[in-house]
Amino acid sequence: MATLQIKSVRLIDPANQQDQITDVYIKSGLIHAIGTAPNDFLAEEILDADGLWMFAGLVDLSVYLREPGQENKATIQHEMQVAARSGITTVCAMPELASPIDTSARIQQIKEKSQAAKGAQVEVIAALTQGLRGDQLSNMSSLKKAGCISVSQGLEPIKGLNLLRTSMEYAATHQLKLFYQPVEHSLLAKGCAHEGAVATRLGLAPISHAVETTAVAQMLMLVEETQTPVHFCRLSCEKSVELLSLAKAKGLPVTADVAAHQLFLTEMDISDFNTLCNTLPPLRSERDRDALRQGLADGVIDAICSDHQPHDIDAKLAPFQQSSAGISALETLLPLSLRLVEDRVLTLDQALRCITHHPAQIINQPKGTLAIGQVADFCLFDPNQYLDISLSTFQSQGKNSPFFGWGFSGRVVKTAISGRIL
Amino acid sequence: MSTVRTDNTQHLTPGALPSSMQLNAEGKLKHFLTIEGLPPLLLEEILDRAEQFLNLPNKAQNKAPILRGKTVMNLFFENSTRTRTTFELAAQRLSADVITLDIRNSATSKGESLLDTIRNLAAMHCDMFVVRHQHSGAAHFIARYCPPHISVLNAGDGYHAHPTQAMLDMLTIRQHKSCFQPLKVAIVGDILHSRVARSQIHALTTLCTGEVRVIAPRTLIPAGIEKMGVNVFHKMEQGLEDVDVIIMLRLQKERMQSGLLPSEREYFSLYGLTEARLKLAQSDAIVMHPGPVNRGVEIDSRVADGSQSVILEQVTNGIAIRMAVMAMVMSGQTGEQR
Repeated sequence: MATLQIKSVRLIDPANQQDQITDVYIKSGLIHAIGTAPNDFLAEEILDADGLWMFAGLVDLSVYLREPGQENKATIQHEMQVAARSGITTVCAMPELASPIDTSARIQQIKEKSQAAKGAQVEVIAALTQGLRGDQLSNMSSLKKAGCISVSQGLEPIKGLNLLRTSMEYAATHQLKLFYQPVEHSLLAKGCAHEGAVATRLGLAPISHAVETTAVAQMLMLVEETQTPVHFCRLSCEKSVELLSLAKAKGLPVTADVAAHQLFLTEMDISDFNTLCNTLPPLRSERDRDALRQGLADGVIDAICSDHQPHDIDAKLAPFQQSSAGISALETLLPLSLRLVEDRVLTLDQALRCITHHPAQIINQPKGTLAIGQVADFCLFDPNQYLDISLSTFQSQGKNSPFFGWGFSGRVVKTAISGRIL
Repeated sequence: MSTVRTDNTQHLTPGALPSSMQLNAEGKLKHFLTIEGLPPLLLEEILDRAEQFLNLPNKAQNKAPILRGKTVMNLFFENSTRTRTTFELAAQRLSADVITLDIRNSATSKGESLLDTIRNLAAMHCDMFVVRHQHSGAAHFIARYCPPHISVLNAGDGYHAHPTQAMLDMLTIRQHKSCFQPLKVAIVGDILHSRVARSQIHALTTLCTGEVRVIAPRTLIPAGIEKMGVNVFHKMEQGLEDVDVIIMLRLQKERMQSGLLPSEREYFSLYGLTEARLKLAQSDAIVMHPGPVNRGVEIDSRVADGSQSVILEQVTNGIAIRMAVMAMVMSGQTGEQR
């Protein structure tokens, strides 16, 4: 349909300090007017949204698509529909070794599949090095032409600081932001759990704070020297937040995100060798979790992402160390983010900014807000409904969520992409 | 009872904590996975039961009929001589049929997952798995996914636990010291990579040992170990002062290659148990070692073979402890089925 009127909805748009009950008019996929209808507006469809909230569709900075190559874990077609039903209208696809996203053809293929899926739109984070092997720069100019929004080495190591530094310079040449997941691989070794009393008791190989913090510190020095913009992905440590805070105070061009589960789970959750809580970075201490929450409240961490890593069932059916890391998280991104409001960590405005406006700014896309003239990517949310996360209601192909049994107040009832309600 | 569950979504529902998983509704053992969380009386019961087996006349000839008609499968995903042999002997002396599988070289090397291996073996209708695996939590994993009528005994998983070894050590200590409360016990060596040390610490603290010490360089002490209720020492001389029991751990050669220690020689000069250092302990202190012993690396031969050494008694006790645990889990299992 070309025109749509959403009647008496609570429009929440933190980017424009909007929070009021009003009518929203959508035309040709854009927010046409707010409040009173323009004279020439003729609504082809009217949606009575009394009691509902309307906010910009979520922009998720990290999703592992698994396709092409690992369709046994997930397919773009299915997962992007699940994302949309969960309120996410844009996802950023992370490169991984099994599908490194290092050619224009690969980007094209992902974009085509995503368009055909009629779900959340996919933005592509291309590989920083060829095949993510960490030894040779990817063809960033052609990747950019094919439409990638940034480059990243993902969870794979890069061979030497020199290559890391030159890759930053080369990416900056093509106005590509580096998405950097801070992992010092020489310290990581075979670690699989946060270094501390729990890992010691369970006899699991530890991952120290330094695995992350030394990588953050090192990268910050490189940013200071090269003045190239870097986005830090998936912070997990108190000290990383401290370092980022100092860097931001200095005015360095850095941003950061955190995975939603890091704000709720801790090392204690692996006490029964629960492989569903095997993640990288690992679930840390309560103190780290609290610092991450505070970092969001203080604006040191800009965004919350799902870090969606769907797995087939067998990937988690193994002793802890042998199980694959990652959580299937599209469906819990919004509920967990809003739980932070209930927990009085963030205001509703802050929480929504962290999942809409801020991530859109990080990928430099005109999304994440509902100002007049913006693309009408939004969701309608009923705060009075109950959302039950359980195996029977979970829609993602990856059933690896540690949040089964959690209940949330409020759920997405409708999602629209470019003004079209799905 | 004989059907094998293939519910692959079972792991998506919250599991029981390992400590509670090994007890049946009446609080009796049905698996033996870790010492952690077991009540002190249960540990005492294991020790008492083992004493009874030790006191049986003509141990080797007379088989107790406790496990007659039962099949015990020893599943060794990692090599072992002592533990495997004592488990085999223990099962045989209880009249069980015993099969030992050296799985390192068969199924898993052909790409079969641990779960498939376990389901296949479970389908052969056995009653008990004795499991040694290189990954922490493997025994719990198997206990969770094998059919409920099978008991799982942990014979060592990764760096996590080796509960029968810890119990045989407790038996040895009790035979010499009778009571745990006044004791000072020192565990010396590679705590970081030792499942034996972790299980010993749980057993000693559960039995209310006066003080448990661990002695090692900082590179071999895992983070947060003091939260398990031990005092950490980096100097051998300080740590050994006035202790009643010294437990030496084996030092693996890999520790030198991975940069945790410079050389065996330097290690021995700092942490090797010599006659001179032994004198720092109580005069009636006993010296223990889970084996195999590296003479001249962690312990001087004169101490290993000396009058205070109880290393060979530990081996004898190992059979009795394993008989006790096997007998107890089997009755815990039957109790459950009634």
